[in-house]
Amino acid sequence: MSAREEILGRVRSALEGVERLTDVPVAPRVTTAADRVVELFVERVEDYRAVVTRCAPADLAATVRAALPAGGTVVVPPGLGVEVPGAIEDTGLTAAELDRIDAVVTEARVGIAETGTIVLDHGPGQGRRALSLVPDQHVCIVRVDQVVTDVPDAVALLDPLRPLTWISGPSATSDIELDRVEGVHGPRHLHVVVVG
Amino acid sequence: MSGTFVGMPVFPSAARTALADTQLRHNLAHATSTIRGKRSRLVEEVDESIGGDDSGWERLRLAGAAVKESALRDLDRHLVALEEALTARGATVHWARDAAEANAIVVSVAKAHQADEVVKVKSMVTQEIGLNEALEAEGVLAWETDLAELIVQLGDDLPSHILVPAIHRNRAEIREIFLRRMKDVGRPAPADLTDEPAVLAGAAREHLREKFLRAKVAVSGANFAVADTGTLVVVESEGNGRMCLTLPEVLVSVVGIEKVVPTWEMLDPLLRLLPRSSTGERMNPYTSTWTGVTPGDGPQEVHVVLLDNGRTRALADEVGRQALRCIRCSACLNVCPVYERTGGHAYGSVYPGPIGAILNPLLRGTGDPQTDSLPYASSLCGACFEACPVRIDIPEVLVHLRAKVVDGHRGDRVPKAEAVAMRAAEFALSDARRLGWAERASGVAGRVAGRFGRRALPGGRRSLSRVPGGSAWTSARDLPAPATESFRTWWKRTDGGREETR
Repeated sequence: MSAREEILGRVRSALEGVERLTDVPVAPRVTTAADRVVELFVERVEDYRAVVTRCAPADLAATVRAALPAGGTVVVPPGLGVEVPGAIEDTGLTAAELDRIDAVVTEARVGIAETGTIVLDHGPGQGRRALSLVPDQHVCIVRVDQVVTDVPDAVALLDPLRPLTWISGPSATSDIELDRVEGVHGPRHLHVVVVG
Repeated sequence: MSGTFVGMPVFPSAARTALADTQLRHNLAHATSTIRGKRSRLVEEVDESIGGDDSGWERLRLAGAAVKESALRDLDRHLVALEEALTARGATVHWARDAAEANAIVVSVAKAHQADEVVKVKSMVTQEIGLNEALEAEGVLAWETDLAELIVQLGDDLPSHILVPAIHRNRAEIREIFLRRMKDVGRPAPADLTDEPAVLAGAAREHLREKFLRAKVAVSGANFAVADTGTLVVVESEGNGRMCLTLPEVLVSVVGIEKVVPTWEMLDPLLRLLPRSSTGERMNPYTSTWTGVTPGDGPQEVHVVLLDNGRTRALADEVGRQALRCIRCSACLNVCPVYERTGGHAYGSVYPGPIGAILNPLLRGTGDPQTDSLPYASSLCGACFEACPVRIDIPEVLVHLRAKVVDGHRGDRVPKAEAVAMRAAEFALSDARRLGWAERASGVAGRVAGRFGRRALPGGRRSLSRVPGGSAWTSARDLPAPATESFRTWWKRTDGGREETR
């Protein structure tokens, strides 16, 4: 018998006579007021010691420029909705090439207020996953209309067939005495630009 | 490379050794109290932000428990759906009955790509099956990339916590390990390395970067596997997971069959419960989800190994089945008074603490002395159940497993001390006259033993830390000295308390 058949057989015999559970309670939702959602998002992202800048759509290019390291190299994904002077557009750079670049600018798919999370679905303007991972600084643009209240709202919006990266603050670890320190393998600097 | 748990002593002996290590006790008390404080603040915050009369956190727990329970009770159907969805998205699905089969699959994938090394995302299941050792035996080096796993691997040590395997090490010890060992396996630690956590994390970043950039094959586990879409989920903090899941050409994920979540939407309560219970954060820094192969992004060859290794045995246990709901958050470890004092090594398994005390016997079956000692590694205080985000009633399963352990010894030629005591109790308690004799004997023993009592229990009662004769019970516990007078004698003497002064 194949391992597959044997394991499925063991599962079926273990569950013989066990009733299926059809009644799964709906998870409770938070009651955050709609007009406070963006403000809460900013607070919660800052809690992770990420830098947050709010700006009007007309000031986006200048705000992004100001967030980038002076004189550093910058990579952007195809389809980015803002001009970044001097930036290299990603055309399939190798990981080693990305490792020599200082910063990356991307957009996002959704922002989650309650948890201070940004989710990338790596569509146009966001780039493939390696792009927002290897450079040490990530400047991420989130539009106010992309910010939702909590995790269930984001789960409902996101397409699981796309690769997704949920980002809550810069790379961090609690592995030394359970004390959180920022900056391990992912970008050590996360700068979120909230537009609108 | 790392140590092994094989041949570990039974819990009481291992615990006695651990308790004598004051550095270990200090490290553990510091770490677990930090994390307990962070978690309880977030639980309060969830209660406030959800509002309503009932606790919002409790309702979230109920939803999370129901998601996992519904997955388990329909596991065969969900596994078939998962396989179908993964295959449709270009992944290769393998099934493994046990550790040896799973290890052989991973080894064969690595060999097919002539890889002499793999990079690894922190994963409990690959520890459980001893994958690193199996790869090494075939000439493939496995690099642990999670900071705590790296500390354990470089220190030839054993993991002692589910979330933070190096919880027993403090910053000074970690600095010493990095300075001594990094140079043997890659980029050396900088000579001026301090014991600042940020500096230590920086050293790990430098050390591992070259491995991430050159690795062809990565190995991961998965926190969740969504049956209806074929999506795997890895929850992490450092970005080492993202590196492994994104940069190599080939990815092999070993997934226990209990990791199944029926639908994408059902991930919601679990993604809210896990980080708050685990690291005490609203959300962990990085969560990656991927569904098979994405052309032009990440590994173009994706393997998923669905592993049993005792899970169907646990599933067949009516009471114990709930342990398979576990999402490996480690909240039960952080609140456990036994774990806080003994640390993880005493449990002799990659799954320590309260969840380990039930999961190991459920996965392996009872009968081995070390495994059989685990259900007794608890005071049944119930803190673990209170903390569990998926409401696993650990004390209930502990009691159930103790009964199994006792049942397993019914036919022994030399009965266990506990069985002898119970039989003696049955003899004495079933007859009033016999009970009277027994009580008088105990009163005498109490008066004698009271003189030897060296310590007082809370309330001022004298205790015996060792009863002459070396009882198995008191080698692990302090026993209150018996009362000098039985209740029945006292009742007779004082006329039911009315003449207490007599």
